[in-house]
Amino acid sequence: MSISAEEVKKVAHLARLAVPDEQLEGYVRNLSNILKLVGQLQAVDTAGVEPMAHPLDMAQRLREDVVTENNHREQYQAVAPEVENGLYLVPKVIE
Amino acid sequence: MEWETVIGLEVHAQLSTNSKIFSGSSIAYGAEPNTQANLVDLGMPGVLPVLNKKAVEMAIRLGLAIDAQIAPKSIFARKNYFYPDLPKGYQISQYELPVVANGHLDIELEDGGAKRIGITRAHLEEDAGKSLHEDFHGKTGIDLNRAGTPLLEIVSEPDMRSAKEAVAYLKKLHVLVRYLGVCDGNMQEGSFRCDANVSVRRPGQPFGTRAEIKNLNSFKFIERAINYEVGRQIDLLESGGKVVQETRLYDPDRDETRSMRGKEDANDYRYFPDPDLLPVAITAEDIAAVRATLPELPHVRMQRFMDAFGLSHYDAELLTQNREVAGYFEAVASGCNDAKLAANWVIGEVSKALADNGLEIAASPVSSDALVELLKRIQDNTLSNKIARDVFAAMWDGEGSADEVIGRKGLKQITDTSAIEAVIDEIIANNPKQVEEYRSGKDKLFGFFVGQAMKASKGKANPAALNDILKKKLEG
Repeated sequence: MSISAEEVKKVAHLARLAVPDEQLEGYVRNLSNILKLVGQLQAVDTAGVEPMAHPLDMAQRLREDVVTENNHREQYQAVAPEVENGLYLVPKVIE
Repeated sequence: MEWETVIGLEVHAQLSTNSKIFSGSSIAYGAEPNTQANLVDLGMPGVLPVLNKKAVEMAIRLGLAIDAQIAPKSIFARKNYFYPDLPKGYQISQYELPVVANGHLDIELEDGGAKRIGITRAHLEEDAGKSLHEDFHGKTGIDLNRAGTPLLEIVSEPDMRSAKEAVAYLKKLHVLVRYLGVCDGNMQEGSFRCDANVSVRRPGQPFGTRAEIKNLNSFKFIERAINYEVGRQIDLLESGGKVVQETRLYDPDRDETRSMRGKEDANDYRYFPDPDLLPVAITAEDIAAVRATLPELPHVRMQRFMDAFGLSHYDAELLTQNREVAGYFEAVASGCNDAKLAANWVIGEVSKALADNGLEIAASPVSSDALVELLKRIQDNTLSNKIARDVFAAMWDGEGSADEVIGRKGLKQITDTSAIEAVIDEIIANNPKQVEEYRSGKDKLFGFFVGQAMKASKGKANPAALNDILKKKLEG
């Protein structure tokens, strides 16, 4: 199994990772090798094996529905690049 | 040739918990921006989500009410996309193994028939924050109070064939989630939101390409948006065009749906199991514990009201839209032992007063016991229906119990026939002309005499007795 340069670019874009053109070929080769390994794993007959959702063989602990957090807005916003009227400001996301 | 509409609905119901789904922040509505957004909600490094037990119980609750399967093992997944109101860069949702699968809801059709709508799944997930695009010097403001609010996404099968069926399903689900106490159903505040998947096809053919309509926050808009979208797709297909699979936004001001461009690659969410959360185990005992707390479901209660109390379908349905209203009605009906009288008052005076004052029944100034006391005064002929309404208004305004108001205002109905006769004798004596006209065949004047007599008795004369005596006296 292999991956194309186009697919690498698409995945990098979805993950918001910058991949310079000169490094593209290296990513294609390395990721294709990883996929080859995955292909080998997929050749194993897993019929009747329950898919594993988590490596730890335990169940999720649940918390009681109680409000335990106080307002720490001032502290969090002290390290934010820009705030106004209690809002975090970010570059405009719609035109 | 005819077209067939195919609709599937996704409802996001905000769960009525106290705290968020994965953190101990409050989810109270209307707080100052970002005062309920803490480390976990902000997606700070090194924090871990811990699942809210109540949210899981509420999902089970809904699942049992729609006759669904509850997964003994359920897993959470990351849905990856970038948007500023989603601090982690992924939403924790469920993909494989949701808590609830394969349920159904039966709706009533306009022709009186019933139809079963399949519910594919209902899964738990966290809400995102809010982006405010007003002018912040060309920037966007982010409020993360809503981030991490627990949602139950309820996904139907594409089983609906008209906008009316879609609305019937939604209303039924809306009543149910409130009844179960899992969601307050407030559509204005976004506690109950709906996306509609709409397509058209020739009958018997495979499903057509669908468009997903977002931003539907009232039953009226949902119906309009679907009807607009169906018309748009039919026009497109009949003029040789093709429907594109896309997300469209409903604009209520223009009554149209518009394409949300630029979301094409955003639809590649690359789900994978969230390594921060272990699988959730739900045992038979857990399910039994939730089942033991289920209320009588609205459609069951409606049928019981019809069978046990002889109420009409219409009245029974109105009285079971809301669990508190149904409970209030039952208390009044058993207290006064006349279900029809109780239904008339709860649907009439009580509902009207609540609506006029924007109150829920739990906050009614007239309790069910107080109303029973009033209705008993109608039953024992102390009050006419008309005067009883005045007494109710006084009780609503805090002027005391029914008997206190009746005593203080001297509203006791006059049933003593000699007193009524005296009133009528005087009216007959004072209106000789009308009496003569009546006796010469002008029957319509009877109403005039009733009015005069009621006025003279300040509305307190027993209407039945008044009519009898008046008729006899006028006929001389």
